[in-house]
Amino acid sequence: MSTVFIAFQTNEDTRPIVESILADNPHAVLDEQPAMVKINAEGQLVIKRESIEERIGRNFDLQELQINLITLSGNIDEDDDQFTLAWKN
Amino acid sequence: MAVKALSEYNFPAADTQDKFHGNQLLYVGWDDHLMFCAPFAYCIPPSTKFSELVEKHLPHSFGPHPEWAKVDVSKIVWLKSGQPFQPDMNKTLAEQGLEHKTALRMQTPGLNGNGTYF
Amino acid sequence: MDMKANKKKLGLKEKYAHMTRGLDWQTTYQPMDKVFPQATFEGIKIHDWEKWEDPFRLTMDAYWKYQAEKERKLYAVLDAFAQNNGHLGITDARYLNAVKLFLTGISPLEYVAHRGFAAAGRNFPGVGPRVACLMQSIDEIRHAQTQIHALSNYNKFYEGFHAGAAHQIERIWYLSVPKSFFDDAFSAGPFEWMIAIGFSFEYVLTNLLFVPFMSGAAYNGDMATVTFGFSAQSDEARHMTLGLECIKFMLEQDPDNLPIVQKWIDKWAWRGIRVLTLVGMMMDYMLPKRVMSWKEAWEIYFEQNGGALFNDLAKYGIKVPDCITQCTVDKEHISHQAWCTFYQYAHASAFHTWLPNAEEMDWLSAKYPNTFDKYYRPRYEQWREMADKGERFYNNTLPMLCQVCQIPMVFTEPDDPSKICYRESDYQGEKYHTCSDGCKHIFDDEPEKYIQAWLPVHQIYQGNCWPEGTDPTAEGFDPMAKVLEWYHIENGKDNLDYEGSGDQANFAAWRGAATQNT
Ligand SMILES: [Fe+2]
Ligand SMILES: [Fe+2]
Repeated sequence: MSTVFIAFQTNEDTRPIVESILADNPHAVLDEQPAMVKINAEGQLVIKRESIEERIGRNFDLQELQINLITLSGNIDEDDDQFTLAWKN
Repeated sequence: MAVKALSEYNFPAADTQDKFHGNQLLYVGWDDHLMFCAPFAYCIPPSTKFSELVEKHLPHSFGPHPEWAKVDVSKIVWLKSGQPFQPDMNKTLAEQGLEHKTALRMQTPGLNGNGTYF
Repeated sequence: MDMKANKKKLGLKEKYAHMTRGLDWQTTYQPMDKVFPQATFEGIKIHDWEKWEDPFRLTMDAYWKYQAEKERKLYAVLDAFAQNNGHLGITDARYLNAVKLFLTGISPLEYVAHRGFAAAGRNFPGVGPRVACLMQSIDEIRHAQTQIHALSNYNKFYEGFHAGAAHQIERIWYLSVPKSFFDDAFSAGPFEWMIAIGFSFEYVLTNLLFVPFMSGAAYNGDMATVTFGFSAQSDEARHMTLGLECIKFMLEQDPDNLPIVQKWIDKWAWRGIRVLTLVGMMMDYMLPKRVMSWKEAWEIYFEQNGGALFNDLAKYGIKVPDCITQCTVDKEHISHQAWCTFYQYAHASAFHTWLPNAEEMDWLSAKYPNTFDKYYRPRYEQWREMADKGERFYNNTLPMLCQVCQIPMVFTEPDDPSKICYRESDYQGEKYHTCSDGCKHIFDDEPEKYIQAWLPVHQIYQGNCWPEGTDPTAEGFDPMAKVLEWYHIENGKDNLDYEGSGDQANFAAWRGAATQNT
């Protein structure tokens, strides 16, 4: 199984996003670096719109992730409700 | 394999000898002495005698190394394109087949910056 | 029956499908192969462009909306940085030399990437990749512009920024390394461009450039650089995805594409890795506060992440490039070899260098236990001794260069770090020298291309690197002084040691003035 990851700038926009990801992916590991936060996970990582909306109290479009995204690894599958990163092997 | 191109692909080489105003390129490196990060490129006439290369050009470049003073020029082991080469001090570069863009390596057994390859 | 107004908005997939399928058409006045003349000559076979999938499914309205927001955020930070004398908050003005290298070596590549992706977008008959390439093209010019804007603030205070991003890339010896990399890619066809830049550079290597380096900028208090870096990097995830989708698309379309794609991956992985030598040096030597070593970054972003990627591509028959064996050896050497090179040619460079101090050498020993103390520490100690005696070592002769990567021949044999690696090829009666098996292989595969290389050392010797009107026969003619003039390097200001430089003196004085009342 390979590791996927996603990294965001460390700021107030990304704090609830990171919290949601960690809550929805119990196998994910947080790696905090200067000015950025990276989340590593074996196999796959799912980001759910609903979980983020619950935390920020407004509608959230998953494409807003792009504003603070730094890098990622894995094959992407995105629709209106969730954004998935996976290595399928 | 040739370049795949939309039309005929044939362009001149950038560094043929005719572009160096009567000079040629000659590269010289000193094995085991990495204070000089890379071999040197000289641009000198093909009529340069090998003795002039070792008495004038090489000391100018390699002289700052503390071991250069210990080099006995007559005992240098020379490689040309990786093969043993016996230079003739009294002949010119051209006369002994040191053509444009030849790479020479000098080996000075026993000298290697006291094992640090400095 | 009532006609209901569209109450549900289109979903992401539908919107994207409309933009990338419904809007395209088949030409009738001219045959398609004349409209897209570059689509087939490289030998890549595409049967159905409709199969292209872009997982981000970004439409133009969303693209502009998010890009505008990124710009607003970026310029708010840049304004604050300039208004608050942010330049005095960096750890040490030494750090800025990494930024000078970035501005002169990397920002111009952003601009070429802009042109290259515009060309690729124009030349792909499929509308999916065309749209993605055009968005990337706009991203890339944004990167070039924001980098130049952000760094122009430093030009008000420090040496070495005045030539900007445009002038020196065409001239200075070490900048020919990244320039020739992009020229090589841009002069290939659109599919090779996508493997070269979209896949090898963006997917496999860009993390090594931006992530640890930008995190390092943050660590060193350089808010301006972190901000443009991360703003650019936020586009990078989309670029990486484009590169990966493109390679999968080529491999799925026809089995005959596999050997061509494999050859390009092998070539461009090696070309890219050679360019990254400069980045390795920035990380290990030029950041006063270090986040991680080059070797550690290599292990995380290349070995682990690249490993996962190649596992994934194995199902198409793609193999890990052969050069990886050499890279595993090189990761413990190249940053040191590069810094040693710049230290001795600091008189011909547009930034300052220095010898690592005792504490820095200990850090390097700890990070490079197999190589630093054995090969590199003795070199620095010897140079320190020479400098203390007033004989600071400047190399006085031009180096031999690799015909392909254009880096001086500084790399050592894979099995012997004490011996320079020499490789030689003959083509049409002329000798060509390369630094490694990787570069030799690339040369031998397309010699017609690389014999045209603009090698800085040879160009200097041909007399092509002096200001217009220079008379080399004039009394007292000093060729190297003329070369520096042509480079727009102000001798004694932009080059030489950091110790004793104007940057060092000014930074100390200004920082003193900022923290004291006297
Ligand atoms: Fe970019
Ligand atoms: Fe090379």
